[in-house]
Amino acid sequence: MGNKQTIFTAQQLDAYQDCTYFTRKEILRLFDRYRDLAPQLVPLDYTCQPDVKLPYELIGSMPELKDNPFRQRIAEVFSEDGEGNMTLEDFLDMFSVLSEMAPRDLKAYYAFKIYDFNNDDFLCKSDLEKTLNKLTRNELTEDEVRMVCEKVIDEADLDNDGRLSLEDFQHMIVRAPDFLSTFHIRI
Amino acid sequence: MTRDSLITSENDVDIGLEFEGLDDEVDTFQEEHERERHRGKRRDGERTKKKKRGNGERRKRASRGGQEEEKLQARHEKKGRRKRSRSDQQAKGREGDEAEQPKIKSSKAAKTRKNVKNEKTRKVEKEEKDEKEDEAEDEERNVKRKKKHGSAKKEENVEDGNKHTVKKKKRKKVIETSSEKETSEEEDNEEEDSEEKEVRPETLTPEELETLKEAVDERKKLIQGLRGKPWAMKKKLVTLRESQEFVEKYEGALGKGKGRKLYAYKVMMTKKWMKFKRDFENFKTACIPWEMKIKEIESHFGSSVASYFIFLRWMYGINMILFCLTFGLVMVPEALMGRPYGTIPRKTVPRAEAPSAMDFAVLWDFGGYAQYSVLFYGYYNNQRAIGWLKFRMPLSYFLVGVGTVAYSYMVVIRTMARNANESGVGDDNSFNFSWKMFTSWDYLIGNPETADNKFASITTSFKEAILEEQESRKDDNIHLTRFLRVLANFLVLCCLAGSGYLIYFVVRRSQKFALDGLENHTWWERNEVNMVMSLLGMFCPMLFDVISALENYHPRVALQWQLGRIFALFLGNLYTFIIALMDEINLKREEEKIVKFNITTWEASLYNITASENSTAPPVTIQPADVPRGPCWETMVGQEFVRLIISDTMTTYITLLIGDFLRAVLVRFLNYCWCWDLEAGFPSYSEFDVSGNVLGLIFNQGMIWMGAFYAPCLPALNLLRLHVSMYLQCWAVMCCNVPQERVFKASGSNNFYMAMLLVILFLSTLPAIYTIVTIPPSFDCGPFSGKKRMFDVIQETLESDFPAWFSKVFSYASNPGLVLPFILLMALAIYYLQSTSKSYKEANVELKKKLQTQNEENKKKNKLAALKAQMDLEEARKAASPSAEHQKNNNASTDQEADEEEDRGRSPRMYNSKNGRSPPPPRHDGHLTATRAPAPRNYQHGSQVSAGYLPGFTLENEARMHRVPSLQRHGGSEKTKQHVTQD
Repeated sequence: MGNKQTIFTAQQLDAYQDCTYFTRKEILRLFDRYRDLAPQLVPLDYTCQPDVKLPYELIGSMPELKDNPFRQRIAEVFSEDGEGNMTLEDFLDMFSVLSEMAPRDLKAYYAFKIYDFNNDDFLCKSDLEKTLNKLTRNELTEDEVRMVCEKVIDEADLDNDGRLSLEDFQHMIVRAPDFLSTFHIRI
Repeated sequence: MTRDSLITSENDVDIGLEFEGLDDEVDTFQEEHERERHRGKRRDGERTKKKKRGNGERRKRASRGGQEEEKLQARHEKKGRRKRSRSDQQAKGREGDEAEQPKIKSSKAAKTRKNVKNEKTRKVEKEEKDEKEDEAEDEERNVKRKKKHGSAKKEENVEDGNKHTVKKKKRKKVIETSSEKETSEEEDNEEEDSEEKEVRPETLTPEELETLKEAVDERKKLIQGLRGKPWAMKKKLVTLRESQEFVEKYEGALGKGKGRKLYAYKVMMTKKWMKFKRDFENFKTACIPWEMKIKEIESHFGSSVASYFIFLRWMYGINMILFCLTFGLVMVPEALMGRPYGTIPRKTVPRAEAPSAMDFAVLWDFGGYAQYSVLFYGYYNNQRAIGWLKFRMPLSYFLVGVGTVAYSYMVVIRTMARNANESGVGDDNSFNFSWKMFTSWDYLIGNPETADNKFASITTSFKEAILEEQESRKDDNIHLTRFLRVLANFLVLCCLAGSGYLIYFVVRRSQKFALDGLENHTWWERNEVNMVMSLLGMFCPMLFDVISALENYHPRVALQWQLGRIFALFLGNLYTFIIALMDEINLKREEEKIVKFNITTWEASLYNITASENSTAPPVTIQPADVPRGPCWETMVGQEFVRLIISDTMTTYITLLIGDFLRAVLVRFLNYCWCWDLEAGFPSYSEFDVSGNVLGLIFNQGMIWMGAFYAPCLPALNLLRLHVSMYLQCWAVMCCNVPQERVFKASGSNNFYMAMLLVILFLSTLPAIYTIVTIPPSFDCGPFSGKKRMFDVIQETLESDFPAWFSKVFSYASNPGLVLPFILLMALAIYYLQSTSKSYKEANVELKKKLQTQNEENKKKNKLAALKAQMDLEEARKAASPSAEHQKNNNASTDQEADEEEDRGRSPRMYNSKNGRSPPPPRHDGHLTATRAPAPRNYQHGSQVSAGYLPGFTLENEARMHRVPSLQRHGGSEKTKQHVTQD
C-alpha cells in the first residue's frame, strides 16, 4: 500500500478514477504497464506531474496494440500532440475509452476518429479504402475495394453527401451487434 | 422581444452560469463534432452554413468581431458585449426566427458567462486577455454546450407561469445590480465584490441559494458524467478540479444558511457514501474470480474462446448456488442432526457387503460406505423432524429438489432475456458492409497468429460478401449440393441411430450383468455403459465434422449444424440412457416387491421364534446390518449419475492431456527430427474447440439437474469438476492450443448456447419429475419411505404443521374446479401476451419500413438541398468577390492576427476578418440601416430595462450610442451573409 501511494497522491488517483472507467487498482496496473514500456523514462513518482511522453514506437509495441492494424491511428487520436506520443494521461484515456465500461456513444465517437485517417471529420472514400486495406492487408483487388467502399457509403450515408459524417457513423454503429464486444481492449 | 425573455436571458447570463452536464452524450458528441467541422470550414474559407446552430454561433462571434474593431477598453467591452448580444437577439426576434432563439440565447449566455468568469478569475487588460483567450476558450465551449440545454429549460420555466417569472425578475435584480456594479467599477472592486459574494452567502435570497444549490448539483452531475466525455484527459482534469473547487466552495457557503447543519451533514454523508460506493465497486471487481486469467486468454485467442470460459464461470456461479442449497439444507442437517451412521438399517452397510465396503474399487464405484452415506438418497431417514431445531428433513429435501430446478429455470431465462435485449438491437443486413468494415476487427486480439487468422477471415468474409452481392442466387451446381447435403444428413442420421442403438444394447447388457452380480465380471464389463457413451461423445463429433465437409455450407451455418448434430447425439445418448435406467428401475421395483414379501415373512418368523422361545425375554436385538432390505432404486439412479459424471470428467481431462498436451509436446519436439513440418503440416497443434466444450458443459449440467434429486452430492461434485476444469483448461489453452482458424464472434452464438441450456434443462427435468410423480418411493430407504408418493410430504406438512383452516383452504384451492380455470386463465394470459408481442413485432417492422422510406426521402431532399445550396454559393461568390477585395485593403493591418486565430480555428476574433469579407462596413451602411430600421428601438428598450435598476447608467448609455452604427453595420453584414447562404 505504502509503496503504491507514493506514485500518485490520493487526490490524483481519485481524479483519475473520476475521469476514466477504471478502478484504483486498474489505474495502478496501467501505470505499471506504461512504465514497463520505458522504465528509464518514466519516473516512479507522479505526484509532481512530470512531463513525460512515450514515443509512438513504444506505445505501438504493446502486445495489446502491436497486432492491431489501426494502432497508429489509435495512438494518434488519443495522444495530445496528434502524433502518437503519449503521456500517462493520454494512455489512461485511451484504455478508458477502449475499456468494457465505456458507453457505446463514447466508443463510437472515438471509433469515428480512428477511422478518419485524414482528420477532416468525415469518412470519405480514401478513409474507407485505407481502412479496408488495413483490415485485409491489401489482399483485395482494387475493383473489390472500390465496390466495398461504394456499398458502405451507399448503406450508411444518410445525407447523401458521398461521405460519412459522425451522425451517419453513429447511426450505423449503434445498430451493429458486435461493436461493443469488438471495440474494446482488455488490459 | 418581450421584456420577459430579455430578463430570462439575462438570468441565464449571470446566474445560470453553472448549468452543466445536463445534455445527453450524443448531443455532446455531435455538437462537438459539428463545431469542429465548422472550424474546418472556416479554415477553408467556405461560407456555406448548413446548420442553424452554426449560424447563431457565427452571429455571436461576428458581433464580437465587430466590436473589437472599435478598440474599446476592456471593461467596456464586457458591457458592450452583453448589450450587443441583447440587441442581436432582438433583431433576430424581429426577423421572426423564433426557432433559433434558444440557441442564440445559449451562445450569448455562454459568451457572457465567459465574461463573468473573466471578471471573477482575473483582472484583465485587453492584451493579457488575448493571450489567455484560448485557455478560456475550452471552458467556454463546454459551457456553451451545456448551456443550450440549461437555457432552454429556463425558457420553459418562464412560459410555465408567472410565478417563475416573478422569481426570476427578483433574481435578475440582484444579479443585475452586482454585475453592473462590477462592470462600472474598477477591476479591484470587482474582485472584492465577487469575493464578498462567496464569503457571505447569507446575504443571498433563498431563491439565489436555491439556484446555487442547483448549480452545485449540476457540477456534481458533471463530475459524475465526466468520464463519458470525449475530451482529452488534461481538459477533464481541469474541469474536474474546477468543478470540485466550485462544489467545495459553495457547499461550504450554502452550509451557512438556514438548516446548515443538516445540509453539511447531508453533504458529508453523500461524500462518505460516494467513497463507500467507490470502494465497494473496487472490491466487487476484485472479487470476480478468474478475471485476469480470462482476460489473458481473451487477449490471445479472441472473444470466442473467452466466451467459453465466461460461460464456464457463469456455470460455476449457478452450481455454487445449487451446492449451497443442497449442502446447507439437506446434507449438513442430516449429517449433524439426523440419526448417526449404524443406528438404522438404511444407514448401515449390509452384512454381506461389509468386508469389501472400504475397498477403493468399491468406493470409486460409489458403493460400500459411499453408498450408505449422506451423499445418496437412500441414507436419509423419513423422520419428520430432526434434531433440537425440529428441522423438517423430508420437506426440506423435497423443496430443495424443486428449488434447484426452479432457480435454474429462473437464472437461465433471465440471462437469455438480458442477452436478447443486448443483442436485439441490430437489424440484419441493412448495414452489412459497413459493419463488416467497422466492427469486424476484434480489438482484443493481441497475438500475431490470431491476428493473421483474423486478417484471413476478414478477407474471406469480404470476398464472400462481394460474391454474394455480385451474383445473388446464382448456384450452377445446385443439384449436386442438394444431393450432398441430403447424403450428409442421411449419414449423420445413421450415425445417430447407430450410436443410440449401441448405448441401448450396452445398457441392456449391463443390466444382465447386474442381475448376475457385478463381481463375476471384468472392469470393462462393469463400466461398459459409461465408456461407450464417452467414446461416442468423443468420436462422433469428429465424424460429423468430416461429414459436414460434404455439405459446403457457410462456416457459420455449418457451425450451427454441427452444434445441432452434436446436441442431438448427446441428447439421444442421454435419453437412451434414461430409458435404460427406467427399465432398471422397474426391475428393481419388482425385486423390491419380492423383498418386501420376504421381509414380512422374515419378521413373522422372527416374531414366532421369539414368541415361542420365551415370551418374557427381552426382544431380540437385531443388528441393523443384518436386516434384509430392498434394492432402493433411488440410490441406484443417483449412483448411475454420479458414475456418469465421474467418467465424463475423466474422459474430458484425459482427452485434454493426450489430445492437446501430448500432441503439442510431440509436435513441438519431434519437429526437430521429422521428415515434414509437423507444426505447419498434418498433426499441428490443436485448436480450442469452443462448441464441443460448451456442449460438454451444457450436457454435464443437464445430468446434474437430472440426478441431483437422487444424489445430493452431485452439485458438489460438479463444482469440483468445474473448478478443476477452469484451471486445467486455462492452462491447456495457454500452453498447447493455437487460436482457431475460423475466429467467430461470440456475441452471436451466446444466446444459442443459452437456448441449448434451456432445452437441456427442460429435457432433464422431465424424467426427474416423471419419476418423482409417478413412481412410489422405496419402502425402506430415503426421506419419503412409507409414503405413497414423494410429494405427499407437502400434504403431510400442511396437515400437521399448519392450522386446520390453511389445509382446508389449500384443499379447496387444489380442487379441479379451481385449478382448471386457473390454468385456463394462464393459458389466456400467455396467449394475450404472445399476441401483443406479435403485434409489437409487426409494429416494429412497420416502423422500420417507414424509417427506411423516410431515410430515402431525406436522402433525396438533402441531395436537392445540397445542389441548391451549391448553386447559391456560386452566385454569392460571384457577388461577393469585389467586396472581399475591398475588405482586404481595409483590414490589412489585422491580417496577421487574424491568420493566427484562424490556425486555432475557434477564436472569436477570426470573425473579424471573416465578416469583413462579406460586405464591408462603409459601403453597405446606408442600405443596411434601411433594412434594419427598428434597431435603435431595441436599444431604448434595453436601456429602459437596465436604467430602471441601475443608477449611473448614463455613462454606459453613451458608450452604447457610440456603438450603434457598428452594430447596425454588423447586423447588416450578417444579413447579407444569410442571403448568401440561405437563399
